[in-house]
Amino acid sequence: MAILDVFLLEALINGVLLGGVLALLSLGLNLVFGVIDVVWICYAELIMFGMYGMYFLYTVYHWPLLVAAAVCIVGVGLLGVLLRVLVIAPLLGAAPINQLLATGGVLFFLQSAATVMFSIEFRNLGLRLPVLKVAGMFISYSRLLAFAAALIGMVLVYLFLARTYTGAAIRAIAQDRQIMVLMGVDTRRIYLITSALGGGLAGLAACLLVLQYDVHPFVGLSFGPITFLICVLGGLGNFGGGFVAAFVFAELISLGGLYLDLEWGYVFAFVFFIVMMFVRPEGLMARRS
Amino acid sequence: MTRYLGWIAGAGLVALPFVYQQPYHLHLMVVILLWSFAYTSWSVMGRFGLVSLGHGGFMGIGAYVTALAWNHGGLTPWIGIPLALLAGGILALLVAYPCFRFRITGHYFALVTLALSGIVLQVITATRDHTGGSLGYTPTRHQGGSSLYALQFTGKTTWYLIALAVWGAGLYVWYRVDRSMMRYALEAISEDEDGAAAAGVHVTAEKLKITVLSAMMTALAGALYCQYQMFISPDTVSGISISLQMVFAVVVGGIYVSLGPTVGAVITILLAEVLRISFGTRAVGWDNLVYGILLVLFIVFLPKGIVGSIMAAVRPRRAGRLAV
Amino acid sequence: MLELRSVRAGYGGFQALFDVSLEVRHGEAVGVIGPNGAGKTTLLRVISGLIRPTSGSIAMEGVDLVATPAHRIVAVGIAHVPESRRLFPRMTVEDNLKMGGFLPSARAKYQDRLAFVYELFPRLRERRRQLAGTMSGGEQQMCAIGRALMSDPKLLLLDEPSAGLAPVIVEQVFDLVKRIRAGGLNVLIVEQNVRQVLRVVDRAYLLKAGSIRAAGPASELLASETIREAYLGV
Repeated sequence: MAILDVFLLEALINGVLLGGVLALLSLGLNLVFGVIDVVWICYAELIMFGMYGMYFLYTVYHWPLLVAAAVCIVGVGLLGVLLRVLVIAPLLGAAPINQLLATGGVLFFLQSAATVMFSIEFRNLGLRLPVLKVAGMFISYSRLLAFAAALIGMVLVYLFLARTYTGAAIRAIAQDRQIMVLMGVDTRRIYLITSALGGGLAGLAACLLVLQYDVHPFVGLSFGPITFLICVLGGLGNFGGGFVAAFVFAELISLGGLYLDLEWGYVFAFVFFIVMMFVRPEGLMARRS
Repeated sequence: MTRYLGWIAGAGLVALPFVYQQPYHLHLMVVILLWSFAYTSWSVMGRFGLVSLGHGGFMGIGAYVTALAWNHGGLTPWIGIPLALLAGGILALLVAYPCFRFRITGHYFALVTLALSGIVLQVITATRDHTGGSLGYTPTRHQGGSSLYALQFTGKTTWYLIALAVWGAGLYVWYRVDRSMMRYALEAISEDEDGAAAAGVHVTAEKLKITVLSAMMTALAGALYCQYQMFISPDTVSGISISLQMVFAVVVGGIYVSLGPTVGAVITILLAEVLRISFGTRAVGWDNLVYGILLVLFIVFLPKGIVGSIMAAVRPRRAGRLAV
Repeated sequence: MLELRSVRAGYGGFQALFDVSLEVRHGEAVGVIGPNGAGKTTLLRVISGLIRPTSGSIAMEGVDLVATPAHRIVAVGIAHVPESRRLFPRMTVEDNLKMGGFLPSARAKYQDRLAFVYELFPRLRERRRQLAGTMSGGEQQMCAIGRALMSDPKLLLLDEPSAGLAPVIVEQVFDLVKRIRAGGLNVLIVEQNVRQVLRVVDRAYLLKAGSIRAAGPASELLASETIREAYLGV
């Protein structure tokens, strides 16, 4: 009995740690959707490229870890801007579903580009971080680090949105796009900044994920669908909702993985999602439908 | 005149395998016909703005349920396939009902279905003890591979005719939907749900009907694919890539036109073959790479697809509203 | 300071303004009155850049507004309080005001302008952390005007400030406009409520079905028959 409790507690704690990173992921997606009204289906693939970036810079070229991380964050931020400029902006007049499908095309493209450039082998960062033993539980240091960094990232974004003029403009544009002009705001610039920010958050997530997981061209499939479910359940564009939903899903995955294979955790999460749709549809109502 | 053209072309297609026996080309035709059927199934709901990014899930269910029923349950595909269709339909109901009931449309619906296909893939991988996981799965050969009972045939001609018949049936269903009241109801719904509801349309019921129909057809495509190839794996029949491939092919071919998905299938499959032949084993990934770029380009420049754009130029019809 | 000449504008195929010419001179408060659908809101939108004119010229102190990108027009000194206020509902009063002061030139004066607005509207200071969408109509109107004032404009455009407000509140709003005016700000008010607006402005134009039908000092227009005809079709 005592051993079972320890494992359970460990799973719960790991769930919280995972939740932090998932919350970061959903923040990025929600930010872009809330402001620009487009879902980047290829968000997980942007992260995948960030992970490859970390692998090559740190493991292959032996750059210092923090420098590699900074470069990756900026790099994926640029990818976000490119996505906006090359794919989304040309589709501004079209039906919103077209923008969604176009990002689907980019998903395809990124996965295949990675396959072609890096092959399908799994790559590991090769960073051996210690595993802490706390009260009979094994908590991996990399998970703790990822959690802490994710929290810091989210706090920074919060401060940016709450305290700066650009942050205020980003929040405002999500609420009333048309009159931004009257405040002297160049909406195109705000969209670019938001795209860069969304990409940058993906880059940060990449740095954190690569600490714990191997990278391969299809690694996005492991956390992409979950991120979408989190955002939908929390309400697309609803930061607070996404935050809470992230932890709920993370616990489900963690507990599911405790008793069964890891994949079942995802299945539980999806079943939970379906059940929630029946039970609490308000949880799925975003500010915009 | 065009009506007779259709019949002549149809007769030609039926006669083809008796005249022309090259196995590789027949194989290509079978694959094209099966995928055309799958893509047509998707477009049956896609054309009404119900863009599902999860049809890979239904195809996977169709394939795996049939194969598992045969290998583990000893059930002939004649029973297994209906079971697979049922499973696909139930899953569609389970996911679509809450979506439609609570007005989850557009982005939300696309995301939920996207997650669905991802989850189906996860389930297949998780049950690896039964399904072989990512390594794939093979239905056991029965009586040397040619058996009506097991729905397995070695002759390409037989499969060609089966695929042709199913493809034709798919088109027939498409036409029936096109000429039905359901079509007008769904078009009204895609334009203005509240308005349609006010006019007396049972919004949720209509959407559910078309979704279940589309899901079951797609499951059938998966089941037949399994019986034909005699090998399935999560990435070849399910998952996000397959889902996106479906959307891509229909977008390229033309979403509002009956033969659009077929044209899309022809283009994508031939493209993949050409790339495979030119690049050899190094082609892994190149075909999807090209798809990805083409999908984006098509959406930006030719949202009506090839067939749709041609038809719009030749015979201007009412432009599409919500979807592509 | 503001001059419109033969401005035509509309939405898609629908033309709303036909050869409208008007001006606001330094130190003036000008009103534009007219019945529903006359094009009054379109008029203000075309000045502030929300929509672009199809022909004609608009100049503010010599600066050609038609050639100016829409988001730079506020930097020229024009602040627009839109119809139905259009506050950011899920942002606080103070954040809304902050958005009003988004311009770099306004940011430098942020604290001063904020103090000015709070002095003008003490109720806003009380409610500064309240979400704008939860306030009453009158409070929202004050917040909207305050937001426009944050950019320290030379000309304030007010679109139907009385819309949706109780008569008592409407009185307060127009008293406020008088005070702002007295402080030296130029005002162009578009309004359906003839009596209230003509109290406050020096001159007014009558806009009906997209064309200017009459113009003159407020007192004259108040007394004239033309207005009654325009509104009642009598």
